Order: sequence, then structure tokens, then C-alpha cells
Amino acid sequence: MHPWLPFEWIAATRFLREGRMQSLLIIVGVGVGVSVIVFMSALLTGLQGNLLKRTLSSQAHIVLLPPEEIARPQRADAGVLQKQAQRLRSIDQWQNIRARLAAMPEIAAVSPVASGPAFAVRGEANKSVTLLGIEPAHYTRIIALDEKIVAGSLRLNAGEAVIGNELARELGAGVGDKLRLNSASGATDTLTITGLFDLGNKGVNAPNVYVGLRTAQTLLDLVGGVSSIDLGLVDIYSAETIARRLTAETGLQADSWIKTNAQFFTALTSQKVSSNVIRFFVGLSVAFGIASVLVVSVVQRAREIGILRAMGTTRGQILRTFLLQGGIVGLCGSLLGSLLAWLFLSLWQTLARNPDGTPMFAITVELWLVLVSAAGATLVGILAAFIPARRAAALDPVVAIRG
Amino acid sequence: MAEPAAVLELAGIHKSYGRGSSLEVEVLHGIELSLLRGEFAALIGPSGSGKSTLLNLIGLLDRPSSGHLAIDGAATAGLDDRALTRLRGRRIGFVFQHHLLIPAFTALENVMLPMLAARGRPDGEMRQRASDLLSQVGLGERQHHPASQLSGGQQQRVAIARALVMRPSLVLADEPTGNLDTQSADGVFALMRTINEQQGTSFLVVTHDPRLAGRCDRQIELVDGRIVADTQRTG
Repeated sequence: MHPWLPFEWIAATRFLREGRMQSLLIIVGVGVGVSVIVFMSALLTGLQGNLLKRTLSSQAHIVLLPPEEIARPQRADAGVLQKQAQRLRSIDQWQNIRARLAAMPEIAAVSPVASGPAFAVRGEANKSVTLLGIEPAHYTRIIALDEKIVAGSLRLNAGEAVIGNELARELGAGVGDKLRLNSASGATDTLTITGLFDLGNKGVNAPNVYVGLRTAQTLLDLVGGVSSIDLGLVDIYSAETIARRLTAETGLQADSWIKTNAQFFTALTSQKVSSNVIRFFVGLSVAFGIASVLVVSVVQRAREIGILRAMGTTRGQILRTFLLQGGIVGLCGSLLGSLLAWLFLSLWQTLARNPDGTPMFAITVELWLVLVSAAGATLVGILAAFIPARRAAALDPVVAIRG
Repeated sequence: MAEPAAVLELAGIHKSYGRGSSLEVEVLHGIELSLLRGEFAALIGPSGSGKSTLLNLIGLLDRPSSGHLAIDGAATAGLDDRALTRLRGRRIGFVFQHHLLIPAFTALENVMLPMLAARGRPDGEMRQRASDLLSQVGLGERQHHPASQLSGGQQQRVAIARALVMRPSLVLADEPTGNLDTQSADGVFALMRTINEQQGTSFLVVTHDPRLAGRCDRQIELVDGRIVADTQRTG
């Protein structure tokens, strides 16, 4: 009995220790529940982080495009209006817009891009490609192209190009080889391949040909202009809000990754919702478990509670003794649960591996998750103990002692 | 200020159960009783005479339906549960027939219990007092044993030490030797007597045992909820 512990602590810990089997079982029960919550949270955070990283590794958070051209009738009674075909155009005043965007604190990176369709020709091979004129220093802050180079280097001076390794294979070309590009406008240029990249996505690998911004402007007949501005954001989840604001401010069309990947984003959201539902019900069953064990304990200890009351223990002291038991069970259970979750995750990490043996994705049990679940389980324990504790406090000592 | 001579005063105490229903039963019919400081009284009577009910009322575990009840001159009518609990904890010690210790606590902790409940947390003085009392009842060696590991007689001695720890004015003992063999019973009774003589604590002992009752200073006999005899031992 420690000198500083109040009566309620002494009684609560003694009661738990005395009811060894009961206490152990319920703590393990709480532990299993908490471990499911912690394991699921960590797994989901890791999985979603990984999916997001993969999705966003090959696209900008927001893409600014020139506004769509709309056909306007010259006379009021023009009859049927045909929709206008959209041609490749430059963004008006893009240098000014770029400077304004770069000054916004929520925007981490701004990269002007001149892109359009072209044909890559090499010998007999003739492939349709997407030509992307970029400034590598800015572009790589949004899409880490420099980290995806598998051969050569990301060097895009005049007359140089970096292509996907898929395209290189199809064209039978390698680093140092020449490649001829014919644009839709009829312009032609012969470029030297300085590097090959692999974005881990065949759809992106195949058609992209990166060149310097000026090279692309010339080929696409967009001299001095850019067809889009790619943005990287500080907070990726605010993309849609920022996109709407930018449309309002600049008059440009702003496509956020959330809109572009609507289905993927919906999947992420519904995953979160369903995991919250599971967490809630696991928490609820933990609460019922604690409550039922304490209800039984109150019945078993009715006589002792009667004695305590006869010895001058107040209803409040009895109430707090049982609330504390709930809290202690919750706390111990959550610590055990965090440990179990950590074991599950270690096991998961060794089992779930890519074909090449590297871990599928990184999962860590973060300290805040452990602390939050410990605080949550303690609170749930105290709340669950409320009904049994009130019953204990309300016991009539006369009946309790005689019973 | 001189302490009042009567540790217990009962006047016109009635107690009924099931009030307001057709099954209302009156168990005590107007009890008049007072107990003086230092008295050692036996409460006797057949089963169902209302002894336990009376003891519960005196012990402030239950409230009378009507009448005046004062402990150490303090009237108890109108006190709330908290105040009754406080008064009970400080002025009254209990010794029950079935020992009724808390098995999860050691002998020492069981003795400390009333002080612990009153003050909220343990301190050195409390520990010392409990330890002294255990030595006094002959259990100085066993103070750190869990209550559940003591023999019946030993448990009852712990219960007596516990009853005395708050220096109560009155100890209520309900068949304190009912569960003990003759030898242990004699020992426990002698212990209560010694404390009564040395410290002037009043005792009210409920008993079925005429031998034990005969050794008390005063015998109060309860029959059908009324006091039918109240005799002082002569000689």
C-alpha cells in the first residue's frame, strides 16, 4: 500500500488483483479489441499513404488549363449551335499567373508545361506519343522524374529527350540514340535520347516523351506559350477547394487530382468511413465486456461493499472505486492491445512482400495512435463502469451484509 | 466541555417495513433505551424479536420510521446519507458474527479501513495505530497476512481491532462469538471486556449465548419488538 495512493486506488487495484481470472480475461478481451483498432488504423494509414503516393507520383495535384472555347452565335436567331472543337492553345499571360501562383503559401511548386500529340519515328517504328515540354528543375518538385530515371540522366537541353523505357523498347532505342519527332502541326525535330524513366505504370511509361520547354514550344507551334501549368500543393486534400478558388481568380480551368481520380478518392473515403464503423462497434463491444464483468463483480462483492459502507466508506468512494476499476481495465487492455497490434504488424510486414522481397508498403505503429487508443480505452472503461459503479454505490449496507 | 454521559439515546423508536403497502409490518414498537459511557450491555431475545433491526438502527445502517435516536448526544434525524456515514465511521465500531473482513486486504489494512475511509489516503500515524491495535489483540505478528489466511478467532480479533481504530464511543457486536469454538469465544469476549475496562468504550453485544450474556454488566431483553426486561448484574 503506497502512502500517496487514495483509498479508491487501493481498493480498486486490490479488487482487480483478487479477481485474478476475471480481470485477466477482460483485460485480454479489451486488448484484442484495441489491437484490432490499432492494427486496422495503422494498416489503413499505410495502405492509403501508399496508394496516394503511387497515384500522385505520376500526376500533378492541380492542372491549370486554358478555359474551354465556346462558340458564340453572331445573330440572336442562329439556330443550332455546333460545339467548338478545342485546339491547342497557350495560357494567356502565363508568366504573370505563374508568379502569382508561386507566391501563394498553400502552393508548394509551380511548373509550366507545353504538351501535345506527336509521332516518334525511328526506322520502321512509328509510335503515337505525348510530347511534354518541361523545365526539369520545377517539374521534378511535383513529379519526381529524376528519381525514376533507370538509364542515363534527366538532361533536357536543346535537341535532347527523355523517354519511357517501354517506348524505348518498342522503338528499339537506348540512351544516346537518335529519335525523330513529327508533331501534328507538321514540325519535325531529331532528338538525342539522354535518359530512360520508369514511373511504374505502363500507361504513363509508354506514351510520354519529355523534352525541354523550348523544344516543345517550337514543335507544337506554341512559341513562348504553355498549354498547362502543373501545381504541387502543401495539403493534397485541399486540392478541390483550391482548384475552385483558382478558377474563380484566374478564369482558367483547374482540374484537381480529386476530380481527375474521383473513383479512387471515393474509394479512399468509403474505406475510412467503413473503418470508423468497425472501430465504433469494436469499441462498443469492449465497453459491454467491461460493463458485464463489473456488474458480476458488484454482485460478488455485495457483502464487502456492505462492510466498507459500515466502516464509514461513502457512496462516492464506492462509486469511484468501481469507475477506477473500469478505467484500469481499459488502460491495461489498451497497452496489451498496442503490443499485440505491433506483433501483428511485424508479422504482416514479413508476410506481405512484393515479388522482389521488399515490404509491400511501410506500416508503423505511431506513438500518437498508441496514446490515443490508450486514452480512448480508459475513457470507454470508465464510462462502461458507470452503471455497475452506481449499483455498487446504491447498495443498502444492511441487505448487503446480511446477504 | 464535558462529554455527555449517554453514548446512545433512543426514545419512542418505531420501525416498520413495507410502509404504505398492505403488507406493512411493524418490527419495533416504541423502544426507549439509553446506554452510558463505559457500559457493557448484552442485548438478548429470541429470533425474530427485532434485535438485528435495532442494531442496524443504532449502527446508522438503517433509519427508524419514527422516534429520536442520538449518538453521543447528536440527534441523527434529518442527516443525509453522507453525514450518517461520517458519524457511523467515527463514533461506532462494528463486530459482526461472520468476521466480515475484506479478504483482499491484509490484517493491517482491514484495521486501517475506517480511518482510510474517513481521511481518504493512508499515512504513517494510521499505520502505527492499526499496528498497535493488532498487537493489543495479540496479532502483532500477523499484520501483513491477507485476512483470508487467518483463522476464525484471529479474524474476529482483527475485526475487534478494526472496530476500535477510530476510538469509537460505542462498539456494536452482533453475535461476535457465534461462529467460534468455546476457547476462541472466551478469548474474544475477554478481549472486549479488557478494552471496555481499560478504555471506557461502551459495548452493546447481541448474543444468544446465556453464558456470555451472564458475564455482561447489563442485560436488555427484547421480545416482539419491545423491551421486556432491563436488568443490571448485581455483585
